[in-house]
Parts: sequence; C-alpha cells; structure tokens
Amino acid sequence: MKLFLERRSRPSKSASWLATGLSVLLALIMGGVIFLSVGANPLRAYAVMAVGAFGSFHDFSEVLVKAIPLILCGLAVAISARILLWNIGGEGQLALGGIGAAAVALFLSRHLPPPFVIPSMIVAGFLAGGLWASVAGLLKAKFGVNEILTSLMLNYVAIFWLEHLYFGPWRDPMGMGFPGTAMFPEPAWLPRFPQTRVHLGLLFGIAAAMAIHWTLSRTRWGYEIRVIGENPRAARYAGMNIDRNILWVMFLSGGLAGLAGMAEVSGIHYRLQQGLTVGYGYIGIIVAWLSRLHPGGIILVGIFLAGLLVGGDQLQSVMHLPSSVGMVLEGTLLFFVLGSDFLSRYRIKLTR
Amino acid sequence: MAETVIRLKGITKRFPGVLANDRVDLDIQPGKIHALLGENGAGKTTLMNILSGRYRPDEGEILIGQKPVQFNSPRDALQFGIGMVHQHFMLVANQTAAENIILGLPRPRFFLRRTRVVKEVERLSEAYGLSVDPKATVEELSLGQQQRLEILKLLYRHVDVLILDEPTAVLTPPEIEELSLTLKNIVKEGKAVIFITHKLEEVMEIADQITILRRGRIIAHLTPENVGSRRELARLMVGREVVLKVDKKPAVPGEVVLELRNCSGFDERGHPAFQQITFALRKGEILGLVGVAGNGQSELVEAITGLRPLSSGDLLVLGKMAHRNSPRSRKEVGYIPEDRLGVGSVSNLDLVDNLILTTYPRYCKNGFLERETARKAAESLISGFHITAPEIGAPARQLSGGNLQKLILARELSKSPRLLIAEQPTHGLDIGATEEVWKELIDQRDSSGILLISSDLREVLSLSDRIGVMFRGRLMDLFSTDDEERVAEIGPMMAGVKREQGR
Repeated sequence: MKLFLERRSRPSKSASWLATGLSVLLALIMGGVIFLSVGANPLRAYAVMAVGAFGSFHDFSEVLVKAIPLILCGLAVAISARILLWNIGGEGQLALGGIGAAAVALFLSRHLPPPFVIPSMIVAGFLAGGLWASVAGLLKAKFGVNEILTSLMLNYVAIFWLEHLYFGPWRDPMGMGFPGTAMFPEPAWLPRFPQTRVHLGLLFGIAAAMAIHWTLSRTRWGYEIRVIGENPRAARYAGMNIDRNILWVMFLSGGLAGLAGMAEVSGIHYRLQQGLTVGYGYIGIIVAWLSRLHPGGIILVGIFLAGLLVGGDQLQSVMHLPSSVGMVLEGTLLFFVLGSDFLSRYRIKLTR
Repeated sequence: MAETVIRLKGITKRFPGVLANDRVDLDIQPGKIHALLGENGAGKTTLMNILSGRYRPDEGEILIGQKPVQFNSPRDALQFGIGMVHQHFMLVANQTAAENIILGLPRPRFFLRRTRVVKEVERLSEAYGLSVDPKATVEELSLGQQQRLEILKLLYRHVDVLILDEPTAVLTPPEIEELSLTLKNIVKEGKAVIFITHKLEEVMEIADQITILRRGRIIAHLTPENVGSRRELARLMVGREVVLKVDKKPAVPGEVVLELRNCSGFDERGHPAFQQITFALRKGEILGLVGVAGNGQSELVEAITGLRPLSSGDLLVLGKMAHRNSPRSRKEVGYIPEDRLGVGSVSNLDLVDNLILTTYPRYCKNGFLERETARKAAESLISGFHITAPEIGAPARQLSGGNLQKLILARELSKSPRLLIAEQPTHGLDIGATEEVWKELIDQRDSSGILLISSDLREVLSLSDRIGVMFRGRLMDLFSTDDEERVAEIGPMMAGVKREQGR
C-alpha cells in the first residue's frame, strides 16, 4: 500500500469544507496537548472556554464586542489580499484611526452640533487609518517597496505616536497622572445596544462586509481589483492602472482598520488609553485567511475568534491558566487551516 | 536495452467535462522515432504526461517489458528511463546550464563538483551534437539552446525514452534540421524518441512511426512509407479535408492606421531590443513581421500597444501621436497577445469577465459594472465565434488552447478595431483552429490594418500582403508577398544574412 497525492483539476468545494472542519479538530487536539502540558484537563478547559464565550447572553455580547474590531481588521487584510498586497499594518492603522477619532472628539466636538460628532469621527478615523496605510501603498506603487515590511514597521511608529499622545500632550490634566486622554464628551460616544457593551460598530462591520462584497462583484473598481489580483499582466494588457489601484485599495484597507480604531475608542474606551492596540490588527490577518478572503465568512470567523479570546480570558479567571491560550489556539488553527488548503487542491489516493 | 518495449494499454484519462484519453494503446520501440500527431486538444500531451509520470491514468496501465509499473511522479518515470521535454521549459533562469542539469538529482548530495558535471555535459554535447555552453546561465541561452539543454538534462539521466512536446515550435528552420539530426543520433543508440507535433511535414521527414490521435482516441498507426500524401495525413488528423491554401482577395490599402518612424526601445535588462524601425500599416492590408522569437518583435509590439516606452522615434496610432507608455490597447486597437494564458486572459475568472477584459469600460456606467449587458454580449460572442465551453460561468482555465484563442480573438474583434495586432495568433493551435483564426483575420482585413507577428513562416506567407523580416531588433527588409525573389530570401534574412546590395 502506498499513499500518494494527485492534483485536482479544480479545487473541490466539499473537500475544502471538510478540510476546514478537520483542521479545526486538529487545532483543538493540539490545544488539548498544550492544556495537558500545563497540567489542565483539556475537556474541562474547553468547556470553560465554550461556556465563557457562548454560555450566556452577557458572555456572548462580550464576544460581539471583540468581534467588531476583528471583522473590520479582517476585511482590511482581505481587501488588500485580493489585489495581492499584504497589509500587515492593521494594528498601526487601527491606532491611527483611534487618534483621528480622538482628535475630533477632544478638540472639535465642542464646535460641532452633537449629531455631527460621530459622523465626523468616523470620517476622521477612516481617513487617518487610510492615509497611514497609503504611506505603504505609495511606496509600493511608486518605488516597488515591499508593503509587508513598510506596513509592519509603520505599526511601531503608530503605536509609539499613540503612546506619546496620551502620555504627553493629550494627557488628561485632571487624570491624576493616569496615562490617557480626558474622557470624550457624550456626543462622541457610539450608542450601545441595551444591557451590553456592544456598540454601533457592529453595524459598521456588517455594512463594510456587504459593501466590499458588492463592490467586488458589481463595480468597475471591483472588476479591476479582481483582474489585477488574479493576473497583473493581464490587467496591464487591459489598460488598467495598477499603481492607482494599489493606492486606493491600500487606502480603503487602512481606512477599514482605522474604522476599527475609531469604533474602539468611541464605543468602548471613550478616551485614548492603553489597551487600544491589543493585537486586533494582527488577528485580523488570521480572520481574513481563515475565511478565505470572503467578506461574509469574515463576519462568522471574526465572531468565532472573538469567542476564543473571550473564552481564553475565562480560563484565566476560572482555571488560573494564562489567557494567552486563546491566542495559541488561534495560531494553531491558522497553521492547520493553511496546511489543509492543499487537501482541496490535491486528493489522496491509495495504491497497491 | 533494446528489449525494453514500453506498452501503454487502455489508457483513459478524464478531466472535468473532457475525455482526454480514451482507451489508448501505444507501443514504443527502441531505436525508433515515434511521432504523435494530432490536433490541439487531441490528448497527445496528456498521454505523454501520463507516460512521463506527471499525471496518473484513470484506467489502463503502463507496461515495461511485460511488467506493469506505476508512476507517482516524473521522478518515478525517470527511474525507468522515461523523460520528457515539456513545451514550456522547466529551467531555472538564473542558474547555469550545468547547474540546471544536476538540479533535482540525488547526487551530488552536498558539494556540487561543478567541473566534473561540466566535463560530462561537454562530452554529451559533443556526442549528440547538442552544443550548449555549460557555464552560461539559462537566461543567456536562446530558446533553441534551452531546448538542447533540456534534452541534455535527460541524456545526463540516462533516459531510454525521450519525449518531446512540440519541439519545433520555438526553432528556426536550420535549428529544426539540427534537432532532427540529433534525434536520429539518439535513436541510433537504441533509445526511443517520441515527439508530439501537429506539423505534417516534420512527421514525414523525421518519424519512423506515426500514431494519430483524435479526440483522445487512436485513429491510426502508420509508417511514413505507407502514408499516401500529406493530405491524407491531414485528413486522418482532422477528420475532414483541410485546405491550407487561404483564399484572399488582393489588398485594398486605405488610410494609414499605424506608423513608426525610427522607433527604438529597450528590453527588460536595458539592452536595445529594437532599433530604427520605420514602417506604415494601412487599413485593408496585413503586414506580417516574421522573425525568430526573441529578435525584438515582442518588445516592438509592447511599444506599439503602449506597454513599453520608446527610447526614441515617433509612433502614430490611428493618425495620432501616441503618448509614451499609456496603454492604448483599448479603443479601436485590438491586440491578440502571444501569451494567451499569462497576458491575454485571466484563468480563474469566468468567461464573461474574460470576454470584457479589454472592453470593460463599455459595460460600466457611473462606476458600476452592468453584468447583465456584459453577460449577453459574452453569450453572443461565444456563439458567434463557436467557442466550446462547459458553461459561461466556468473559469477560463477550463478552455482548450484553441477555444481560449477564439475567446481572445472574439473579444478583440468586438472592439471593431481599425488596427489589429496579432502576435503568434495560431501558435500551438491545431489545423482546425488555425483555419478558423486565419479566416477571421482575413475577414477583418476589410475594416482594419492588421499587424501580424509570427515566427511561422507559412502563416506569414499565407496571410500577409507585405512582409517584414526582423533580426536582432532591426527590420531587415520589407516587401510585397508577390516579390518572389525576396520571399525566397526570407530564411537567410531571418538568420541575419542581408540581401545582396544593388538588388
């Protein structure tokens, strides 16, 4: 008996779902091994995570709270990946989005009629994130600089800048030395759903996913993105302006991550402070790839991964395990899903 | 060694929607050159990919000396002495010929021992008349040399069965002759050679045995002696009479649609690719530019279509000075690129998306893509040009070469172009598809000026009203197809021999 692989002439849909299911299972088994290694009962740990994330209305609402930035950052990564760009800079763009929104909330909101405050913050957050990403986009389009490196390095710049602002010039003078800006005035708070911390940002995520799906399939720009992403040489032949598309897609991508930052400061923190950049930008990469860049899938995967994060937090409080277990699980999951991709492209056969 | 007879028995291979091979039986004998003749999509390459271990058959078996064998990879096939030179060479461009030869071999394990390899390669080169500089990097080699390198690679691995897929497509007439000598040398040693082709004359000249495939099935096993005529061979291959003669009225030249004045340009590496090119193309004529691939034609076409800047000279497209490096492939200029898969289409997008690739602004209103209109237009193109496709929503990669070319042609002609640039429009196509493409081009001549770039001399002679010969980036000569004296000189001119002065 001999095992061998045969390339499928076209990727199989059913095998692809099977492979995803299998990789989730394998990731859980791997996670179980990790639990065992720290002396915890894996089944109990998973039960704690599941109950912690989905056990009650309140718990699930917390999952949704975390899903909002994940969905937006996932969309940011996915849209850039559709045009063969790797925007690894979601974290920094999220920080910039928070800064932009905070600037409006802190310095401009007094001069605006209250109903205009939130929309202005949305615009500012989107613009700030988008322009930040455009730095990488511009370098890529004009000089061919690798956007993976630039967008990643800009993260550190953005985060230091953010810290500088709330430790320094924007620090709340009444804050008794606590690092952070003053609290935003009330018109700058995103409305929340009753009894929860789930805020209007959830609708941003869903609307953005729908808008992206629709843009890709129904608009001229979307057509260009699809062609460039699949075959840049054909795009050039068809007379498409690839550089301009790179710029705009990077701007859109950064804008979505910026929107995530805006939603965080305006929906959760009500100020700029530590805890804004906790890795949503990076987890967004996992969200995008687990959902295979599909906007609808990003919503579901975003909620699922948020569940892992919230469940991980429960592990800490209930079983005194490090909450980073949730992150470890996410990592193994990505590993297995990417690895399993080949199952949809190859079939395994047995021979004598 | 002479006893190893390879036998394919009942080989069947299916791809989605296509039966590529249908119970094929084939015997390979040592010491013989075996031609596998058939139209494109007849299943020749698939069959050979099975023999060389790249694909696995769905049914049937491969017997070597009566014993069934199973290949899971080309490496397995090589172990049994079967190797294949693919149509698209599998070489690493920035490595030397010698390095390419030892690539993938289990030995040497760590140290490369270049000098030893170089010596062995030189010995093989000499023995078989395959001159390749082992120390040259692949990107420095011409296509003909690269092919020789591929053959050397297999000889170095001591293959007994050498499979060549369309080996002459990239060669000049003298190189084809060299290749046929080499192949004869190789079979003298008791090795077997199988070559895939759809060119009848080669089969008659080189082959000892001929197998004709049509739609995945074996139609006939023949030897050149019992083939009555080329026409008969063509009939077996296509299944109907093929008229290779093209009916064409004399050209009625109209206004100038393309004019080049002393145009020069560079290639990727910044070397001059074409120099001082001057000619004018009028509506109502076909101007054929012939030359061996790599003599500046591709770069020239890219410059004309706006994909490459000119370094000097004036370019007038449809009477207007063309701005440098702005893609002009859109309005009223049709362009059929040489690389159908890599440039002319997007494999993973569906037929609608592909059929509007260069005309999509037409189907856009206020930034929206009007999918319904596009779909209807695509449907009418598919039926109008007899494109055979599983369904309109299928990705373009599922089309055969001929159908893909028809798709590109349909799309470019749907622009109602006044200037049409056709680059190797029938390269790799079978007779049936070639005929269709030729007919469309000639019909289009009434409304367009057509610039035909081809390395297939027969194609240029059949279609063109005027012929230009390119060599090393220069236009050697430009003359009417009726000028028999100069037409006879095309071969030498393609090889760089200038016409006698003083005509």
